[in-house]
Amino acid sequence: MTVAVPQVPVCDLRLRLVAAFIAIACLSQLRTLPVALAALAVAGLVAAWRRPDGRLWRRLLHVEGFLLLLFATLPFTMAGQPLFSLGPLTASVEGVERALLIAAKVSASVLALTALLGAVEPVRLGAALRALHVPEVLVRLFVLTARYLSLIRDEARRLQEAMRMRGFRPGTNRHSWRSYGHLLGMLLVRALERAQRVEEAMRCRGYEGRFPYLAPPSPTARDWAGLCAALAFGLAVTMADRL
Amino acid sequence: MAHIPDGLLSAPVLVSGGVLAAAGVALGLRRLDDRMIPRTAILAAAFFAGSLVAVPVGPSSVHLLLAGLMGVMLGTAAFLAVLVALLLQALLFGFGGLTTLGVNTVNIALPGVLCGLLLGPLIRATARPSVRLAAGALAGGLAVLGTGGLVALSLWLSSSDYTPAARVVIATYLPLALVEAFITAAIVSFLARVQPEALRPVAP
Repeated sequence: MTVAVPQVPVCDLRLRLVAAFIAIACLSQLRTLPVALAALAVAGLVAAWRRPDGRLWRRLLHVEGFLLLLFATLPFTMAGQPLFSLGPLTASVEGVERALLIAAKVSASVLALTALLGAVEPVRLGAALRALHVPEVLVRLFVLTARYLSLIRDEARRLQEAMRMRGFRPGTNRHSWRSYGHLLGMLLVRALERAQRVEEAMRCRGYEGRFPYLAPPSPTARDWAGLCAALAFGLAVTMADRL
Repeated sequence: MAHIPDGLLSAPVLVSGGVLAAAGVALGLRRLDDRMIPRTAILAAAFFAGSLVAVPVGPSSVHLLLAGLMGVMLGTAAFLAVLVALLLQALLFGFGGLTTLGVNTVNIALPGVLCGLLLGPLIRATARPSVRLAAGALAGGLAVLGTGGLVALSLWLSSSDYTPAARVVIATYLPLALVEAFITAAIVSFLARVQPEALRPVAP
């Protein structure tokens, strides 16, 4: 019996990581609104071209707390030409422009990051990081943490369910906080027990401080083309921005 | 709330954050025994999973940082655990950022490691549960306040236009610090009763 393996063209992750970093570094330093909006449009097109699932677009709606704070304060605290007033507060054109610029840059960076590096398995990412000369210990930590995260998250979920079954109703009081403390303490105790077992199992199998990695195949012309596209994009937006 | 996304900070802040983070990570790597790698990784995963638990506060809910406890249990290896967790979060879930990795690592790990260095010995040595509770609460609360201060500082150093927002950011960290103080105290006293050796740092 044979299993049909879909022939997905495997890209070179090392170059892709470098490309993503350069593109996002250029995006994050833009200063003018039209260029930032154009860059956002390009990032959106690239992301849409890679046919993402709904997660990507939902991810854009998630905004960190202090971004909301910035959007709320910048229009009213930056001096400049008045745009509209809200009671005693006057919003300036400069402030609104600044808020829009930040929103465009943050969204473009999220799109670029998810389009280029979303849906990559941590093990492959670990091998790519190793090939980029990230210290071996750090790579091993990364791969192992990724491996055990989902397991321990499930354990946390089970512990929380058990608390609810025993009638725990969380609230803003010391009892709830102590209960959460016990939940997290139990999670850590179980993690340490698991670590003990894993350490012993690894040593039984002859673990001697490193994992074998296959040397990654050299990048194809397509990979180099991708890197060049990212470089050209970064250079173009930076030039347009500063000139 | 502690993960600054790409596109907000100025280049000098990003670069100095990266350099500081590299120094912290190098220190962690030097102090970490090779045999402790699986333990560090699994603890990092547990701290990550713990920070995903939503704790209700008033009408809203907060996610814990757990950096103070990481400083006590991991020591300087907390730099490594935080960096790995932030990288996973950026690459697999799309939260946080790639260029801000260094700044975010310093903002979260540095206060935690300092709290672990200052209060860890007291937490381990004391025989009185009340002292241990107080030290645990201090470690948890101070680490959060330190992170809040560093996040505000990163914003303020990046652009003077961010100053009003940076002030509000510090205020939003106060309730989290309170909750985290209570919960860290509870975790520390739980671990001291159930498995005291868990409070010894993985990397000094």
